[in-house]
Amino acid sequence: MLSIKNLQAKIDDNQILKGINLEVKEGEVHAIMGPNGSGKSTLASVLAGREEFEVVEGSVQFLGKDLLAMSPEERAREGLFMAFQYPVEIPGVSTINFMKTAVNQMRAHRGQPALDAVSFLSLMKERMKLVEIDQSLLNRALNEGFSGGEKKRNEIFQMAMLEPRLAILDETDSGLDIDALRIVSNGVNKLRTKNNAVIVVTHYQRLLEYIVPDFVHVLYKGKIVKSGTKELALELEAKGYDWIKDEVAIA
Amino acid sequence: MPEMNLATTDKNIASEISTFIQRRLAEPSDSVRAAALETFQRLGLPHPKHEEYKYTPLTRELENKFTFQQPATAPSLKDVTQYLIPGVDANILVFINGMYSSSHSRIVSPASELNVQSLEQALASKDALALEHFNQHADIRTNAFAAWNTAGWTAGVFIRVPDRATVSKPVILHYINDASAAEVIAVNRNLIALGKGSQFTLVEKFDSAGAGNHFTNLVSEITVAENACLDLYSIRNDNGNRYQFAQTDIHQKNSSRVNTYTFDLAGRLLRTNLHLHLDGEGIESHMYGLYLLTGNTLADNHTVVDHKKAHSFSNELYKGIMDESSKGVFNGKIFVRPQAQKTNAFQANRNILLSDKAAVNTKPQLEIWADDVKCSHGCTTGQLDEEAMFYLRARGISREAARAMLLYAFSGEVVDKIGHEGIKSYIDRAIGERFQKNF
Repeated sequence: MLSIKNLQAKIDDNQILKGINLEVKEGEVHAIMGPNGSGKSTLASVLAGREEFEVVEGSVQFLGKDLLAMSPEERAREGLFMAFQYPVEIPGVSTINFMKTAVNQMRAHRGQPALDAVSFLSLMKERMKLVEIDQSLLNRALNEGFSGGEKKRNEIFQMAMLEPRLAILDETDSGLDIDALRIVSNGVNKLRTKNNAVIVVTHYQRLLEYIVPDFVHVLYKGKIVKSGTKELALELEAKGYDWIKDEVAIA
Repeated sequence: MPEMNLATTDKNIASEISTFIQRRLAEPSDSVRAAALETFQRLGLPHPKHEEYKYTPLTRELENKFTFQQPATAPSLKDVTQYLIPGVDANILVFINGMYSSSHSRIVSPASELNVQSLEQALASKDALALEHFNQHADIRTNAFAAWNTAGWTAGVFIRVPDRATVSKPVILHYINDASAAEVIAVNRNLIALGKGSQFTLVEKFDSAGAGNHFTNLVSEITVAENACLDLYSIRNDNGNRYQFAQTDIHQKNSSRVNTYTFDLAGRLLRTNLHLHLDGEGIESHMYGLYLLTGNTLADNHTVVDHKKAHSFSNELYKGIMDESSKGVFNGKIFVRPQAQKTNAFQANRNILLSDKAAVNTKPQLEIWADDVKCSHGCTTGQLDEEAMFYLRARGISREAARAMLLYAFSGEVVDKIGHEGIKSYIDRAIGERFQKNF
């Protein structure tokens, strides 16, 4: 479903991604780990279409289409979703109104009629349960004054509403206490099907106890330097990242 | 400040306007008018370097765009329906080209709530309340446009709200300039007196027909007695060639409440002076403003909140979005006099610029002579929040819809403050159309 080949990207004159190769198939969960500054969040941002990054080399195919040629909204409409590390607070826009616009623009893209108010509300109520989010939160302005945990839960709620084919969770565990982590992870797990895939970008192994990956990749200095199964995450947890850095230095 | 009576071109605009005023004077013997004319002639129109007009070339525009030669043309406008605020049951007073149009006007509130007469009649009949307040609150000594207005106003209303009356239906003053045949110069004057404990909603709405240039000079003096409440709405959404000077002075007594709402949505040059004189204790005043500008529109809001006595509260929130080559000006003065202890005064001005050619000049001016006060001000100018744009687009929302959502939300902070449901939905619709809101 996602095929990344030799992806290189820079911001200003600073090259951050230096040749990423990654294949993600339907039904898979991939974890991307790595020390701070290795390029994990940049990879997520480039995939989501953040415009301050410039792709200088490489290609990304998503469901058979050239992802890099698409605007951020086209990527979302094609089924790509990024849960933000720092969800933006937007005063004056309610989450409900925002989601209704998003859902209906996606439906229009797929040639489906807009949901009427009743169907939208019943869909919303159903998906709210998945992520244990309260209606009162959704009536408020988008993320405004939300706690860290509420913001992340709202991200997963949006994911539940938009039903992406590929979800990229960018450091979704950062700033979450154990209860919030469990709720968010449960939400993600309930949304998994054999047709969709998840990329979990994280610094720590903690989240991977809840969202169990099929593959773990270590990103370091803009490249994937090691790939393995979930045991690799445990090894990183036990030994830290220094041995990876040493391996790279020797090679 | 040195007097500045230098014209910007060879054309002697002030003398042309003087002649224009004199031609129209119904009673040349009127001493108030004569004195104001003399003041106007002495002041001249503000020079471009004048501190209060340095971003707003109203004098130059009057020189270049107007001849002042046109006789007052009888208004030909028959149907004014399109200018009314739909769905709002109100008392309607219509002025076309500065002349009162009785055929389009209607007073529906009972006399126990509302007393409306022409200001000319009220002054001619020596109405005590009218004489007490007329020409007492607007500054005509240093303000040339107000002096012009005082010398040359042609029509106006005197509205009196009796003590303890609650006026259930608003009064809407429609100022419509029909510039289809020739340029229009409309000079109007109002006096509004709210009795003790009364409640009143007043709306001014400015529109036009035709492609000619038109200028409105409107001065309103409003007195709000003890415990009275006033909501004042001023709506400028005129896509014609409107040039305008509007001055509103509101004089507040103890424990009165005033909310003002100024909407500059379209026009060529809109200069607004809004002065609140807080001459009492326990007063609460809110001033809200929203200017959404496109094309070459210039909207200049000069506000003054003058805390003259102790224990009062004022809060001001003006927000603006400037697109294309439009220009916004905000000048907010807060005075806290020595005896006005325990004053709370707040001011905020927030601006978004959507194009490289758009501009805003914002200047807070706080002069505080009392020592036990809480005052704050803040102004910001920026572009549309790119981070927020990306967040919305990352959820599949188009760039256009995301932009509309953010601008609509930015405006919403002011619109949400509107107390009158019918006016709120009218403004909400106008703003939605502006942003091509489709969500």
